[in-house]
Amino acid sequence: MMPGDAAVDGITPPAGFDTDSATWVRSLAGPAEQREAALARLHEMLLRIAHSELRRRSGQLRITGPELDDLAYQAAADALLAIMAKVGQFRGESRFTTWAYKFVIFEVSAKAGRHFWANPPVPMDAEDWDRLPDRFGLEPAREAERRELARAVRRAVDEQLTPRQRQVFVAIVLDGVPLDALAVRLGSTRNALYKTMFDARRKLRAALAANGYLDDQISRRS
Amino acid sequence: MNGWSALDRFLQTDPRDVGCAEAMELLHVYAELAAADASAAERYPGIAAHLQACGPCGQDFDGLLAAMRGAAD
Repeated sequence: MMPGDAAVDGITPPAGFDTDSATWVRSLAGPAEQREAALARLHEMLLRIAHSELRRRSGQLRITGPELDDLAYQAAADALLAIMAKVGQFRGESRFTTWAYKFVIFEVSAKAGRHFWANPPVPMDAEDWDRLPDRFGLEPAREAERRELARAVRRAVDEQLTPRQRQVFVAIVLDGVPLDALAVRLGSTRNALYKTMFDARRKLRAALAANGYLDDQISRRS
Repeated sequence: MNGWSALDRFLQTDPRDVGCAEAMELLHVYAELAAADASAAERYPGIAAHLQACGPCGQDFDGLLAAMRGAAD
């Protein structure tokens, strides 16, 4: 979508908006010429933030050059679409620009999640339990402790988790798949997978505490 | 920190944690409060708990703060 394609009609900012936010909302709902100018300015801002956010994450994403430019443009364009669809819901709880920036940050996350599968570092469902101690910083020299930790967690996973919780735990913890990338692969959402992991973490902690591996007092509090 | 304590920290859950959906819904409000003073976590303890535990939402929060700072520069 190009900036000029979006439109919002009949939106009048409430009196409580700060001046800058009121100007944005009024301009985006204004006559064609005013709206086009506001859309172009907003798109420019979103594109700049998408670029800087992708650069900020570049260590994890392994994206550079034209590919980064392309993702930034897509993120800015999709964020602009989302903003124009929801500008009527903007309630002035923050500055308009802060609210708008949020959309482009979310789009960068979503695009990064999809991009992960272009060149995944490990195959999903590899289920290599020898990697588990590395995830929690246990040095190779502490061999007995590494084996005990992997065995205890695997047993708790096998005995306590549902098949879905197990699938999500293995992908995130053993395979190192980012949550947003996993959401793309499983056709789910960040929120749903976080909740699945939240419940899995709670169950695993309780099981490991009951078996004497972790402090039971903390377990009861969490 | 040894492996067990790192595992313990990873497995701990905070019952106040509001989850991704609610944190994302209010992230712009929380970010402005956090940028202005330290009252954000007091006003929204459930979001603060979530941002500490959820890597992706924490990263979005950091990105939003960076965008706000960049715009102010």
